[in-house]
Amino acid sequence: MHKLRTLSQWIDRLSQAAAQVAIVLVLLCALISVGNALSRYLFDLSSNAWLEMQWYMFAAIVMLGAANLLCKNGHIRIDLLYLRLNQRQKLYLDLFGLLLFVIPFCLAMVIYGWPWFWEAWEINERSANAGGLIRWPVKIVIPIGFALLILQAISECIKRILALQGEGEFDDTYQRPQQ
Amino acid sequence: MAPFMFAALVVFLMIGLPVAFSLAALGLVSGLISIELGLFPAQFMANLPYRIFGILSNELLLSIPFFTLMGAILERSGLAEDLLNGFAKLFGGVPGGLAYAVIVVGAILGAITGTVAASVIAIGVIALPIMLRNGYNPRLATGVVAASGTITQVIPPSLVLIVLADQLGKSVGDMYLGAIGPSIAQVLIFIGFILMMSIIRPQSMPPLPKEERASKGWTLWKDVLLAIVPSLALIFVVLGTIFMGLATPTEAGAMGVVGAMILAMVHGRFNRTMLWDGMVSTMNITVMVIFILIGATVFTLVFQGVDGGKWIEHFFTAVGADDPVTFLIVVNLLIFGLAFFLDFFEIAFIVIPLLAPIAKEMGIDLIWFGILICVNMQTSFMHPPFGFALFYLRGITPPTIRSSDIYLGAIPWVLLQLLLVGILIFYPEIVTGLLDKPVTADIQSIEIKLDESEAVQAPKPVPSDDPADYFKRR
Repeated sequence: MHKLRTLSQWIDRLSQAAAQVAIVLVLLCALISVGNALSRYLFDLSSNAWLEMQWYMFAAIVMLGAANLLCKNGHIRIDLLYLRLNQRQKLYLDLFGLLLFVIPFCLAMVIYGWPWFWEAWEINERSANAGGLIRWPVKIVIPIGFALLILQAISECIKRILALQGEGEFDDTYQRPQQ
Repeated sequence: MAPFMFAALVVFLMIGLPVAFSLAALGLVSGLISIELGLFPAQFMANLPYRIFGILSNELLLSIPFFTLMGAILERSGLAEDLLNGFAKLFGGVPGGLAYAVIVVGAILGAITGTVAASVIAIGVIALPIMLRNGYNPRLATGVVAASGTITQVIPPSLVLIVLADQLGKSVGDMYLGAIGPSIAQVLIFIGFILMMSIIRPQSMPPLPKEERASKGWTLWKDVLLAIVPSLALIFVVLGTIFMGLATPTEAGAMGVVGAMILAMVHGRFNRTMLWDGMVSTMNITVMVIFILIGATVFTLVFQGVDGGKWIEHFFTAVGADDPVTFLIVVNLLIFGLAFFLDFFEIAFIVIPLLAPIAKEMGIDLIWFGILICVNMQTSFMHPPFGFALFYLRGITPPTIRSSDIYLGAIPWVLLQLLLVGILIFYPEIVTGLLDKPVTADIQSIEIKLDESEAVQAPKPVPSDDPADYFKRR
């Protein structure tokens, strides 16, 4: 039990580290976008590499932040019934969702996403735009993001199973993110 | 297969499993079954990474983090405070004056930012205490704040309009142009309602006493101008550059981020904690929204593949909605109903792709269709008991205000929002009047084909760097 809890804590930390990267990218990405717009109109300069950089970062924000959001129980739910469940019921429902929905879907995405990245890596695929970036860095974030999600789902399962066995505290607050 | 998928989706969502993963897993399982049954080629599954890649490389969706971050910074920048102070002094002398000020400020904030939370919280924190202190009826006070904050989502540069434009395959520029008329109409309806109530029940909205609006004459105008000028500058930076074709909506959002940061610095409110908090919540919202879209894409792909579109169409024929007006009425009632349970992102990503092909087939202008839905989806923020705007308000109102006051106070405003939906159904010119010509072009992008060619289809090219492309009439 002790080992499982340690494992879960390590996974949480990993997801958190990935999210820190994503958070920094949020601002960086906005600044790059401003830079692109300004350089185009002020100096008539425009670079496909910098334009592509924007959405590479966007992809990274989404894929690297997802695991941490799962850890924070932040993926949106319809909470009509959920909020009325007691803690045990919530734990069982979450386990059901994690084992049957989250892990299989993410696993499928890793299985299908990896060869797809690998192909881009092997042929050193480049953007079709002049001066564009190489493709594999953005393609690899998809399998990485889903792999992180699988790990996080495992960590969430551990926490819930331990809680069901009465081991330790479990925080089941669900707060919808502000839009 | 289609009815099975739909029913399973409803069950899983209602018991409270995360929306994004329910959609994705259900799509995946149904897809596998369909491949077994020979309904699709097996290639279908391997195409999923392309789909996800298409979402992640979509330059329009990139505006989601930008507008969210801008809103988060603006909310803490002190801009709303200045605006409200100015307008409260300007209108304060008449009954309902504070309510007018809240509506006008809501509209101005709406034209600057694209997110509802930023508006509701920024207005509520400042306006509610003043209103309550001056003897406003709590229901009226909370209702007008919630509605005025929510109007943000109809007024360009609303995030909802961007998402709808993307889902309907229309240009954001057209969507924004179409939204101008309805935005003005909604503001006028709100003002008209306050005017009416101030005549029927003036005691529920007393004028401000003289000492509360100390300044007069020049000082007053100076206050108002000082508040308005930075707002106009921000509106220009964001909306102006989009309409003039200087920037893409995405870039405009990014410039809005910088503009909001500068404004916060001018007010001396800018610090690292505030920026970091904004970035954290931006990341969370972006992940949440894009994951719903990823899930919805997987689901819709399979659903359309098993002829779910036809199934939905039969539903509309069965209820007799085979002419455009009846169809629109039924759709809007449906969305009004769904808005009790779903947020606008879920509606936009799950419901719109199912309805748009039918609307298009009936010859309904998709801009008009999108705006109608956008106006209607305001109600999803205002519905008791799950409306987001009410939720935010609960967080910032003193405990002396009962939740039931907040809920009851919202009802008249929901009706006013529905009133606008009704008006727009019968007077589409309010939407289409500003568009150059009726938009008749077809929407390739939402048609989903499941043929082999998909497998070799290259990922979406990076959009050209000419923002004029976004503005071209398609």
